[in-house]
Amino acid sequence: MKKQIANWGNYPVMESNEESFAFHEQLNQLLDEEGDFIPRGNGRCYGDASLGQRTISTLKYDKILSFDPATGVFECQSGLTLDQILEVIVPRGWFLPVTPGTKFITVGGAVASDVHGKNHHIDGSFSNHILDMDVVLASKKVITCSTRMNEDLFEATCGGMGLTGLITRVRFQLKKIETSFIKQKQIKAGNLEELIRLFETYHQYTYSVAWIDCLKKGEQFGRSILMLGEHARLSDLHEKQRQDPLKLPKKKQINFPFNLPSWVLNAFTVKAFNYLFYVKNFKREINNVISYEPFFYPLDAILHWNRGYGKNGFVQYQFVLPLEAKPGLIEILNRISDKGLGSFLAVLKVFGKQESIISFPMEGYTLALDFPIKPGLLEFLDELDQVVLRYGGRLYMSKDARMKPETLQSGYPDLGKFKDIVRKYNPEAKIHSLQSDRLFLTPN
Amino acid sequence: MSTVLILGATSDIGMAIARKFASRKFDIQLAARKPEQLQPLQSDISIRFGRSCSIHAFDALNYGSHASFFNSLVPRPDITICVFGILDEEELAFDNWTIAERMINTNYTGAVSILNIAAKYYISQHDGTIIGISSVAGDRGRASKLIYASAKAAFTTYLAGLRNKCFREKVHVMTVQPGFVYSKMTENQPLPKPITSTPAEVADIIYKAYGKKKNIVYVKWFWRYIMLIIKNIPEFQFKKMKL
Ligand SMILES: Cc1cc2nc3c(=O)[nH]c(=O)nc-3n(C[C@H](O)[C@H](O)[C@H](O)COP(=O)(O)OP(=O)(O)OC[C@H]3O[C@@H](n4cnc5c(N)ncnc54)[C@H](O)[C@@H]3O)c2cc1C
Ligand SMILES: NC(=O)c1ccc[n+]([C@@H]2O[C@H](COP(=O)([O-])OP(=O)(O)OC[C@H]3O[C@@H](n4cnc5c(N)ncnc54)[C@H](OP(=O)(O)O)[C@@H]3O)[C@@H](O)[C@H]2O)c1
Repeated sequence: MKKQIANWGNYPVMESNEESFAFHEQLNQLLDEEGDFIPRGNGRCYGDASLGQRTISTLKYDKILSFDPATGVFECQSGLTLDQILEVIVPRGWFLPVTPGTKFITVGGAVASDVHGKNHHIDGSFSNHILDMDVVLASKKVITCSTRMNEDLFEATCGGMGLTGLITRVRFQLKKIETSFIKQKQIKAGNLEELIRLFETYHQYTYSVAWIDCLKKGEQFGRSILMLGEHARLSDLHEKQRQDPLKLPKKKQINFPFNLPSWVLNAFTVKAFNYLFYVKNFKREINNVISYEPFFYPLDAILHWNRGYGKNGFVQYQFVLPLEAKPGLIEILNRISDKGLGSFLAVLKVFGKQESIISFPMEGYTLALDFPIKPGLLEFLDELDQVVLRYGGRLYMSKDARMKPETLQSGYPDLGKFKDIVRKYNPEAKIHSLQSDRLFLTPN
Repeated sequence: MSTVLILGATSDIGMAIARKFASRKFDIQLAARKPEQLQPLQSDISIRFGRSCSIHAFDALNYGSHASFFNSLVPRPDITICVFGILDEEELAFDNWTIAERMINTNYTGAVSILNIAAKYYISQHDGTIIGISSVAGDRGRASKLIYASAKAAFTTYLAGLRNKCFREKVHVMTVQPGFVYSKMTENQPLPKPITSTPAEVADIIYKAYGKKKNIVYVKWFWRYIMLIIKNIPEFQFKKMKL
């Protein structure tokens, strides 16, 4: 059915014919029809990656196919969302090997963006945990691939933004946990230098992420809160928690009912950050044991928080710079705070080494922040791109709605190889998106 | 341990009902004319909810097979939910009797055939529940739903009669009247969001209504009032309207 669709940033918005399937046979019927398409999961990428004239939604293709609680091998159809997986695996002592900052994404989306979590420096990205998967090509052919079978298709599908084919089935390895709680350490850093030192000191922590105040200048430039975490052992729990160590968090959600002017959300995050910085973290460091929900998914408690950026929408800008490019990080943060267009908070994480041709992560620091759509923004982001490239970094396609083809080309040295594989499996370019058209990833 | 039989289990609403009842500790029997499609749902239900879930071949139009189909179920279900139905292009059905007949037989004749068998069994047991998914479309005949609405009207009337027949035998019959629902059946129609339900919402409402032994349940509740208004438009006026 034709309708207006947009992804998480509400930018851009386009009219699309959205179709769906619950059975493989129905997917084949859709592929028999005329018309180019792009696979679509839960629309949690920020920009235009899962937008197109015709989208094929996987959301009804959401069945769990197998789960072995002894080995933690999990197999499902691609439209299943991570929140539903957690409900099944956590009570049985397993966790997602890698999870992004929202649990409302599909497994297909996790593969197509090759998502990363706060543990990239230890566990890599989602694709590192895939045992095998099925990809249905535009020709209806089903190909099973893995690191050992049809490797080229596997490599180009992980992080390939849906352009090789539609992922239908994924089998991956879960991570064993003793409890559903996280042993958390929060440390205040007075400025960016201190934060980087802290990241280095605590690099052995499985999970780490920092919230940076993007507005402070001078001595307090880059003041931030570093959040570190480990899955808690039974012995870490207090008595009450021990009664139900694999407890699922309660579902409580507030809904953002309508679009708000964008300062509201900023005011809200300023308050939240200052609260953490001044009140809760009165001490420099706090240690506690909390549910996994607020640790991994603090924003999921507010459904549709993206509406807080108003009806014009926003873009999220996420880049990674090599470890040694600290001056680059400083330069970019400075430009952002000078310009004053960005959100108040930025999120900083560390990436470990990664071998892949099109996935975003590479060893270094990755920073993400939101920019509400305003006049002058796109020009400013083009300037930032130049700084990112100058320091040898690159941008995350899953967050992108505006970069230029040259920016992608310079940031991803294996882009040519990726395009060749896409051409091999999607020769008529029947699969393409607004993003791939913009980035010349697919001829059209 | 109670068992629920879902007739037309490949439907979007049927799949949602299966998951809902399984999440409340019911064992599930899935019946559909393409049973091979149901294996993923079967594994999904047993993994998520740890319930037993079986698959059965069932064609609403193959009346002759209905008795042996029902009698071969082990165990016999405590609740039988009739979900199948079709909505064809009404213009085509008006021109082509084969299409019209299939629509009538799927929505009405086939349902009566299988539910008579289930009802007889429940009456013999003095126990059991029958839930039929009809439609608000059956509440008033109109041009754009000529055949579908009349078949659903017949089904609604059948369920009311069956409820009356079974009441003294301690068998409960519930009529479900959905308004708009996002599903395969309506994928190509633009539906007004505020009054359209998702299959999961329909399943939640059916489960709650089952617990309360409701007779007739509209999904969602306001459809009862929307239909009340529609039913009260005088015929001399209604016949002139484009609906
Ligand atoms: C609040 C928030 C926090 C986030 N945090 C992180 C984070 O920490 N780390 C991170 O890596 N990402 C993060 N993301 C981004 C998000 O994880 C990715 O964009 C993810 O791909 C979204 O999945 P989706 O199911 O919504 O897919 P969509 O957004 O619908 O699609 C994303 C891409 O996947 C493709 N795709 C989807 N399904 C299939 C399929 N079955 N077969 C082939 N291609 C498919 C689409 O074509 C598109 O290119 C975050 C997003 C939000 C909203
Ligand atoms: N969607 C709405 O807006 C709406 C509103 C009111 C009422 N309803 C009713 O809700 C019920 C479920 O429909 P839905 O919305 O979930 O649509 P759906 O997904 O299209 O389901 C229809 C189901 O009926 C099955 N079916 C058709 N002919 C059959 C036969 N001869 N034997 C066995 N099964 C048969 C189909 O099986 P296959 O998969 O094999 O085709 C399909 O599973 C229907 O009775 C419908 O009339 C729907």
